[in-house]
Amino acid sequence: MIFLRRQLPLLITLVTGLLFAAQYYVPHPASEQMLTSATKWLQIVGGFALILGVTSLFHQHAVKIRRQEAGWGYSLVLYVGMLGTIAVGLWTNGKESVEGTMTAFGWIYNYMMVPLQGTMFAILAFFIASAAYRSFRAKSREAAVLLVAAVIVMMGRVPLGEYLIPLSGDVSSWILNVLNSSVRRAILIGVSLGAVALSFKIIFGVERSYLGGGKE
Amino acid sequence: MPFEMIVGAWVATGLTLLIFSFLYKDNPLFKLAEHLYVGVSVGYVIVKTYDTVIVHLVVKPIVENGEIALLIPVAIGMLMLTRYVPKAAWMSRYAFAFIVGMGAGLAIPRTVSSFILKQVEDTIRPLLSMTGSDGVTFSMNLLNPASHLNAIIILIGVSSVLFYFFFSIEHSGVGKAVARTGILFLMISFGAGFGYTVMARMSLLIGRLTDLIEFSDTSYGRPTVWLSLLTVGALFLLARRGREQPPDIH
Repeated sequence: MIFLRRQLPLLITLVTGLLFAAQYYVPHPASEQMLTSATKWLQIVGGFALILGVTSLFHQHAVKIRRQEAGWGYSLVLYVGMLGTIAVGLWTNGKESVEGTMTAFGWIYNYMMVPLQGTMFAILAFFIASAAYRSFRAKSREAAVLLVAAVIVMMGRVPLGEYLIPLSGDVSSWILNVLNSSVRRAILIGVSLGAVALSFKIIFGVERSYLGGGKE
Repeated sequence: MPFEMIVGAWVATGLTLLIFSFLYKDNPLFKLAEHLYVGVSVGYVIVKTYDTVIVHLVVKPIVENGEIALLIPVAIGMLMLTRYVPKAAWMSRYAFAFIVGMGAGLAIPRTVSSFILKQVEDTIRPLLSMTGSDGVTFSMNLLNPASHLNAIIILIGVSSVLFYFFFSIEHSGVGKAVARTGILFLMISFGAGFGYTVMARMSLLIGRLTDLIEFSDTSYGRPTVWLSLLTVGALFLLARRGREQPPDIH
């Protein structure tokens, strides 16, 4: 039984890992076909992973409503929003528009989701500004550099900034295209090295946390 | 103006104002909009996933093209759901093993190629172009990201930042100077990233305010004006009710 519960999953990881790592180096149509199918398969299995997440959300809020815990009315609103959107979406076959005409699902997207999402992220502008006020005081040389770079980039992104400081646009572009890209490149190399190391650890069974705990 | 657009303007304005009410303080109106946002977003993702995965990737290919092999990923996906049956939960490991193994296998060569070798190549190659058949050339134009001066700056940035995160060597002497250069590059990048994010959020804010201004038009029935008054009134009543009820100290 321990073979089925612990060793077989590790064997599946090893075989699939080696197979798909090797696929990259085989320039044959069959290899390409395998990659296309595998990508499709991943999408399908990923769809089922969504069920896990959504069920957890369903359960959490259902418990809150059943026990009438504090704020259970909000959970009800969440349920109504979710079930309403699902019902309308299924009714319109998941299409936002049909032959240029907006469907009910499109209406929900345009007049509910977009304003809610846009405003939710827009209010972050205020909180980022207040956080910046607290943390951007130039207490050290590094903090001063960060502050100056942020101010230049902000000035360089708006016409008023360029009007007040004509060079800010060019300097902002230089910071973003040269200095920022060099750092991004270094971080990308570092993260990628880590990702490759982790992938090897997973394939060879050194890293097993993804299998979860529980009985052997 | 179509009726659904007028109703849409009222709903969009109302939801926008409910979210903006958080700028005053955390309040029930904001929480209502927040939960509605989560609900609608999850519902939207469910519908889109159902349409993309179940309908277009599973049902249609099987029914129309007879691609029976697609039942294998469906079976693997179903194994994931055994998590809800304690006695059979271990079977979900097969699904996770498959996904994680495939992901790791796909990631290794692609990451090495695109994110390591390609990045190193792009850092080094511009410097090689300095020497050609007509001798050594060196372009100093800072505004051209492809100039040789910028190529050297990028090389210094990449090397120093990588060195800063390399802890196998003690950062002392020359190493300390290189690491400090790396910190400076990092700080500039963080500052630039912050400034860029702030302006992106500002852009969203301008978009929402533009909508509110547009919806204050009489053709929509001035939802911005009426709903602003309603929101402020509701917040006032909530604040008054909050003052009348002393906080529970237990």
